[in-house]
Amino acid sequence: MEGINTVELAVFTAFFVIVTALGFGAARWRRADNLMHLDEWGLGGRSFGTWITWFLIGGDIYTAYTFVAVPALVFGAGAAGFFAVPYTVVVYPLIFLVVIRLWSVSHVRGFVTPADFVRSRFDSPTLALLVAITGIVATMPYIALQLVGIEAVLKTMGVTGELPIIVAFLILAVYTYSSGLRAPALIAFVKDILIYLTIIVAVIVIPTKLGGWDVIFGAAEEKFDLAGTGGLLLPGTGQVQYATLALGSALALFLYPHSITGVLAAKGRGTLQKNMSLLPIYSLALGFIALLGYMAIAAGTQPVDGDGNTIVPALFQQMFPSWFAGVAFAAVGIGALVPAAIMSIAAANLFTRNIYKEYLRKDATPTQEAKVAKLASLAVKVGAVAAIIFIDPQFSIDLQLIGGAIILQTLPSVGIGLYTRWMHRGALIAGWTAGMLTALWALYSVQRVGPGGVVVREHFGGSAFSLGKLGFDTTTTVYAGFVALLVNLLVTVVATFVLRAMKVDDGVDGTADTDYTAEREDPSVRDLPDPLASAPGRTAASVGEEPERG
Amino acid sequence: MSSPANPGGEPGPGVRRRAEDLAPRRSDKSPWNWLLLLPIALPLLVPLYNRAEPELFGWPFFYWVQLTFVLVGVLTTSLVFRAHQRGKKG
Repeated sequence: MEGINTVELAVFTAFFVIVTALGFGAARWRRADNLMHLDEWGLGGRSFGTWITWFLIGGDIYTAYTFVAVPALVFGAGAAGFFAVPYTVVVYPLIFLVVIRLWSVSHVRGFVTPADFVRSRFDSPTLALLVAITGIVATMPYIALQLVGIEAVLKTMGVTGELPIIVAFLILAVYTYSSGLRAPALIAFVKDILIYLTIIVAVIVIPTKLGGWDVIFGAAEEKFDLAGTGGLLLPGTGQVQYATLALGSALALFLYPHSITGVLAAKGRGTLQKNMSLLPIYSLALGFIALLGYMAIAAGTQPVDGDGNTIVPALFQQMFPSWFAGVAFAAVGIGALVPAAIMSIAAANLFTRNIYKEYLRKDATPTQEAKVAKLASLAVKVGAVAAIIFIDPQFSIDLQLIGGAIILQTLPSVGIGLYTRWMHRGALIAGWTAGMLTALWALYSVQRVGPGGVVVREHFGGSAFSLGKLGFDTTTTVYAGFVALLVNLLVTVVATFVLRAMKVDDGVDGTADTDYTAEREDPSVRDLPDPLASAPGRTAASVGEEPERG
Repeated sequence: MSSPANPGGEPGPGVRRRAEDLAPRRSDKSPWNWLLLLPIALPLLVPLYNRAEPELFGWPFFYWVQLTFVLVGVLTTSLVFRAHQRGKKG
């Protein structure tokens, strides 16, 4: 093949081989008694300390798609693309207070997924099923988008065709299968070293080459003025969108099953809280990564084949010697593998716990459960690869957009449910349905307008929902998922009043108030290896008194 | 986990009482938590920072100030974390 940059490809491949070896070796790392148990495989034994948690959650949030898509957005639209920074500022205090309660209750009650929690808290397998399906549907396109990240890098190196992606994902699939959550935790370490190295070099070398930051911002301003769209600052009508998108994305982030998997794998509340002040280091990096979009404008970088996602790889290729560009590409490529692995594990957990065991095979043993989870994670990855190969990648991007808005609809059950059980289980189902429909309708109605006010795409053109569509006399836009969440909350509250007035049974809370603040040292908090085999006093209580289900 | 044969770990009423015996009653409420409102609210008040001046090292205000919000987040979460740790010991 012609046009392949062999030095870049050689460096990229070398890192990929190292990471693969690590992935397979991970099964032996911090090994517990039995990897054939779902907790062991899917939550890494629930015993990750501060540093590993930092790498793992960091790998969850800052994915290859982020590295590739955020600067691409800034390159095309300017200030609006910078929302990723406030989004990752808002998210940590939220976790610090709220999601930490999920850690406690899950460790007391043995929940592996958000749907497990909802089932027990609201005594509703139906609501749990809805939460599980929402989680799986929202996660699938997210995995597919990681492939878009790898594809952008490969394309820039001149590698075309689908085979490399299939090979990369096959390797990923096999080592996740054998090592579980340990594999991405270990690989995240390599990924982060490469990412930080790349960013530090990029923010020193590129602005120096281009003549300073004012030149970079100046070039961007000139481009946006000329194009008539985008800008260095937000337009007046885009400010609400900016704020609601940041808040909505932050709320959605920790409803995603893969983030919850990362959180639950932490050793204790202290580990998590400490992480909330350490994780923002990534946000600083993200701010610089976003500005790579402006650097590309100033450098006159052109995307490969008109594919906007290749803008950052193309900039690296233009600015760095080949060997270092190879390192940077490896950072992005490996950055795709970490979240893809965690996401497929999380989706597999949801399927196994909340669909397979709940509806298909109630008497499954832990070994069977782990086996099904592994197979499900394979299926999820095959599905993601198939989606990229057979369907237009734009479709994955649309689905990802929808995914963020629909996962937000589980906020009342999963998020607010951590504080109060006031909402009626029937009302939560009604609210979820209303929110879901609103989200789909709102996103469907969003047009993408190109230069000169021409409509480029009729539907799913973005997430900025125009309030004018609701009859308001304004051109202000709001994040579509946020509108849907408001509808969801409203319906939930009204329906709760109605159902309570009608005295409809709302089940029994399977959790206790003290569960939500339990610390690692508490006797009620379970750690792995699984207490089934030991500590007979405690497990007898939960096994022996297991109520009838069905 | 409570019991693998039991997704959701749903216990009967008997277990519920047991768990309450086991987990000490404590509260995660603290006046320090109010500090965390700062990093949540600041980034959402877009009109306050959607401007170009004053610039810093060639960066428009909009960009550099949002990076300082990151530092506000780090500072407040560390402070609240320390307060929680002290509260636990005391």
